[in-house]
Parts: sequence; structure tokens; C-alpha cells
Amino acid sequence: MKVLVPVKRVIDYNVRPRVKADQSGIDLANVKMAMNPFDEISIEEAVRMKEKGLATEIVIVSIGPAQAQETIRIGLAMGGDRGILVQTDAAVEPLAVAKILAKIVEAEQPGLVIAGKQAIDDDSNATGQMLAALLDWPQATFASAVAKDGETLKVTREVDGGLETLALQLPAVVTTDLRLNEPRFASLPNIMKAKKKPIDTKSPADYGVDITPRLSVVKVTEPKKREAGEKVADVDALIAKLKSAGAI
Amino acid sequence: MAVLVLAEHSNAALNDVTAKTVAAAQAFGGDIDVLVAGHNAGAAAAEAAKLSGVRKVIHVEGADFANALAEAIEALVVPMMSSYDAFFAPATSIGKNVSPRIAAKLDVMQVSEITKVIDASTFERPIYAGNAIMTVKSSDAKKVVTVRGTAFKAVESSGSAPVETAAAPAGPFKAAFVSAEIAKSDRPELASAKRVVSGGRALASAEQFNQYILPLADKLGAGVGASRAAVDAGYAPNDYQVGQTGKVVAPELYVAIGISGAIQHLAGMKDSKIIVAINKDEEAPIFQIADYGLVGDLFKIVPELTSKL
Repeated sequence: MKVLVPVKRVIDYNVRPRVKADQSGIDLANVKMAMNPFDEISIEEAVRMKEKGLATEIVIVSIGPAQAQETIRIGLAMGGDRGILVQTDAAVEPLAVAKILAKIVEAEQPGLVIAGKQAIDDDSNATGQMLAALLDWPQATFASAVAKDGETLKVTREVDGGLETLALQLPAVVTTDLRLNEPRFASLPNIMKAKKKPIDTKSPADYGVDITPRLSVVKVTEPKKREAGEKVADVDALIAKLKSAGAI
Repeated sequence: MAVLVLAEHSNAALNDVTAKTVAAAQAFGGDIDVLVAGHNAGAAAAEAAKLSGVRKVIHVEGADFANALAEAIEALVVPMMSSYDAFFAPATSIGKNVSPRIAAKLDVMQVSEITKVIDASTFERPIYAGNAIMTVKSSDAKKVVTVRGTAFKAVESSGSAPVETAAAPAGPFKAAFVSAEIAKSDRPELASAKRVVSGGRALASAEQFNQYILPLADKLGAGVGASRAAVDAGYAPNDYQVGQTGKVVAPELYVAIGISGAIQHLAGMKDSKIIVAINKDEEAPIFQIADYGLVGDLFKIVPELTSKL
């Protein structure tokens, strides 16, 4: 079974984003970028499936600028077999990403797509579900455990209040949550080997997908600042403060 | 204009976030119908009919709705959308799961987790873990929106809308429910609790998390939360997680214990009315947003606080 893993190049998890002065967006100039953390979990899961003999090939796809090639290389160093870069400098919304991925799925015929549940930049949490809908495939979002059982995939999901297990007919889309696995670090020899793995470069037009955004950004602003309050000396002082504030 | 609101419910009862989603739909405007898709969900439909400002409730029964199977809800909602201009769902694990499927089928770009309705095509939503607020205008003919419940005030339950029934779409679907492990608890539900007590990595073990956090939560009648670090370390289950990738809460009182205050955690709780932080590191970022901070050893402070309350 071939496994397709889409990955996104985003601002590094540890960097505090700054809103541009003209309110047009987030300042990404000279900011450290990295692979979306949930996508690392997706690649790790695919690699583990391959190590268990459940997956035969792992194709890593990114839709983004030329530098997204570096993100694909990280995935290849973690154990991916080859990459597809759909190169564009435009901002691509989840719906357009899902449409491009659907075309790639038609061409590649994977048995499973494993995607991150959300990208930590725009926090939409939509691409995997949209892809599943466009393909008429079943989905299991927010996965914390994945097990293949013949032609079905048993996926345990993180839901409000606990866990839920679904049985999906393959092919299917799974989106990953934090506790699914702990992604490996790419070793230096594997990083060197990954440099020789093939990456196809395409454009959105190659797939006939119109990526014109449906949502236009009116403005991006700083959230309301919350002022720091006061330090209290001890538990009694804290209780007195909470009582006078009517909180207890 | 008409809006279809997806009700969140347990079949036996309506979840409070439904009333908040109706409030967001009211701000959007037009007639509001509430869809209760469930299994033996008559009680939830009756509660939905009481929500103020609702034109009618559409109650659909089906075994596949017992656990809100996304494929079944998509098959139900997509044909219904020919009569509606917008679909609003709460940004819960159910709403987040199913709404993008519906959006894609309608060829609409979803607007996720809105915190404000500006007009019938313009919305505010947090991005980058709440470090920025984006105002977006949708050019799609129909809108598909998920609603962050904490940003809207629930509508009253003083209405009496009619309840219609509709047929469930024929299965079988390509996904099937197998089992669920839902933690049974007498504590208030985290997302809607008036008070929340959360523990972080400083608790150092699951045993100590339970030993120190739970008695204080019970004393306060509070829901229990945790930082991602505490969840990652296995001190608390994932459904306790408050933050960018967990739940967003805005209670009257939020007590952060042994939580340093990473931006991803603050994203989930900084709209709380009163924030109390207890941490031994006086430089911890949590103190920059806390109304009342107490610097010291949580293993001494928390039992003292619990006993004196």
C-alpha cells in the first residue's frame, strides 16, 4: 500500500509571530521556518507502517514556495521515498490544497493519506476532511492510534471527553493528533541519503486547479493585551483577593 | 437568508455550545433552523426547540448519528444546503470533524473557529495560536463556519420552535463506529465549566496530578484542565488539554498550577475572566497574564488553598 503524506512549511513552533505594522498579515521575513509539527507525526506514522511491512512506498507532498523543498527533504530523511513539490508563492487555502491533493491521489492511487490535523499557522483544521470529501473516502481525524486490520483501518480518535474508535474501509484519510507517536530525528546519514531521493516539481496549473483564494484578508491585528495583575504574598491573601473579586 | 445550525448533543441532552452557536448565527442574520441528528435524540431536539430565535428544529434519527459519524452527517446536510445560505457548527471535535467535509462538497472555503461576526460575509478568527486575529471576508455564495463557543453568549431557552422530522440518508457508509471510551466524571465539563483548575508539567507525575489538582477542583466545583506538557508526559488524559491544539476555555476563574505559560497554552485560556497562577518560577510567562500570582512550591500551596477554601 502506497501512503501519501502532505506536509506544510510553517513558522517554527517556538517562534512568537509578529503582526505586520500595516495589518496585512504576519511578518515572516527572516523568521525560522519548520515543518508543521503534526505533519512530522504523520510522516513518522507512515514510516512505522513501512517498517512493519504495511506500507510499500511513502510519497511526501508539499504545496508552497521553492523552500518547501527543504521541508520535503526532512520528510525524506525521516524515511519518505520520494517527494512532489507543487510550487507556488501564492497563499493556498485548505480547499485549494485539498483539490490539488485529490488530483495527486488520482494520479498516485495511494491506499492511505496521513495528514496533520491542523497547521499551526492558520489553525483551520480542514484540509484532511476536505480531501476525504472530495475523494468520497472515509476519514478519521485527530488520530491517537492506527492499526491495519485486513482491508480496514482501525483508528482511535481524540474526541471531546475521551477516545473513539472507528473502522475505515481503505482507501481513507487519517489526520494525526499529538499522542499518535513521537517523531524521530533524521540522522545525518539519512539526511545525506535524502539528498539523492527524487522530488518532482509541479505547479497548481499542472493539476488544473484554480487556487484563487475565497477568503480575502481584511486585516490582521494583535489580540487584546491582557495586563499582568499582582503577585500576592500567600494563600490567605489570594483567598481574600478572590473573595473581593467575587470569584469564590 | 437562512442558516442551518448543527446541534451538539449527547442524544439525551443538548450541549450548551449549541446555544452559543445559535447566538453566532443570530449575529449573522436570517432564519435559524437547528439540526438535531442523533439516535433516540428526542430529548435533545425538545431542548433545541426551546432556544430563543430558532425558526424550527429538524430532528433526524439514525443509528449512524448516535456517535456523529462524519460521513453520515455530510450525506444528510449537503442536500439540505440548497435551502440555506450558511451552515454553522460549533468548533468541537464533532463540528471540526464534519464541517470541512460539507464545505468541500459545497465548494466553499470554511471559515474556522470564528470569534466574531462582522457582517454576513466577514468574520474574525484567531490564527497562530491566538497570537493574531484575522478579519476575513468570504466570497463564497454559501458560508460554512465553525464557531468558538467561548466567544459568544448563549441564547436563552425561552422559545418554542416547532420540531419537524426528516429522513436519514441511506447507508452503509465507508466508516463505522467501533467503540468509545468516554471518561465518566461528576465534574463540570471543561469547555463550559465556570471554574477550571489546570495542572502543568511541574506536577511531575499522574499520581501527583490527581493528588493535588483534583481535590482543589472538587472544592471549587471546577472542571479539570492540563497543559500540553502535562498531557505529553502522561500526567493527564488528552481531553484535559487546554490550548492551541486542545480545548479553548474562558471560565470565570482559571487556576493555572505549575504551568509556565507557553503561547500554545495561553491560546486556550487567556480570555478567562480571572486568572490565578501558582508557580515556583517568578519569571514564568503565565504571571504576565495572571490577575493574581502566587510564587512558591505548589506542593505546599495547593493543599493549603484546598483546605482553606
